[in-house]
Amino acid sequence: MAVRVQREDFDPGREMEALSEGRRDIGAVASFTGIVRDEKGAGGIRAMTLEHYPGMTERKLEEIEAEAHRRWPLEASLIVHRYGRLEPGERIVFVAAASSHRKAALEACAFLIDWLKTKAPFWKLEEGVEGEQWADAREADDEAAARWAEDG
Amino acid sequence: MTTLQIRYFAWMRTRVGTGAEAVEAPDTVRDVAGLMDWLEARGPGHAKAFARREAVRIAVNQDYVDPDHPVAEGDEVAFFPPVTGG
Repeated sequence: MAVRVQREDFDPGREMEALSEGRRDIGAVASFTGIVRDEKGAGGIRAMTLEHYPGMTERKLEEIEAEAHRRWPLEASLIVHRYGRLEPGERIVFVAAASSHRKAALEACAFLIDWLKTKAPFWKLEEGVEGEQWADAREADDEAAARWAEDG
Repeated sequence: MTTLQIRYFAWMRTRVGTGAEAVEAPDTVRDVAGLMDWLEARGPGHAKAFARREAVRIAVNQDYVDPDHPVAEGDEVAFFPPVTGG
């Protein structure tokens, strides 16, 4: 289990390899890489600056990771989230879950990114042609996180 | 008086004009809702930041809480909009 909050880029391939390196009990590694996109069309978003709450960010990411380990039989996991200024095409977030079997790895990977998006204290300031604007939270992200709600 | 460390992030920070301030809240401030009422009256930037309470998320000592959460001496209280990472 590990979380990293960093300004620097990361190499998804190397991160995945490191998760299962030297292990003989891991049969599946699932990962998700988030990339900054220009969602408003050509040139609509020039860049975004990620702000976060140092201390609480790491704490929340560790809680999310621990929750994934509680729900699925994971052998290893990793969350990497960048902050600072990023341009479309740059990697912003990486989550990975490793398990003996694919089902736990795939489900835990989806859970990690869904919960991260609604619980980790990060905020995007978007730079567009008309200046800077704070990104709005999306209902779709709340719905994606809500599907992991446990009964009772 | 209760000494509190207040933190602001994203548009809460830009509206208030600072990311952090230490305050001495009067004893009438018992919970986060009361703290928001008191902070709101500190100036036009604060008033703008706290105008839409439903859009404000709260953490006390780096854990999410609701407005009825009590505040105590030395607490770190953070205010910010819904998160947009990932």
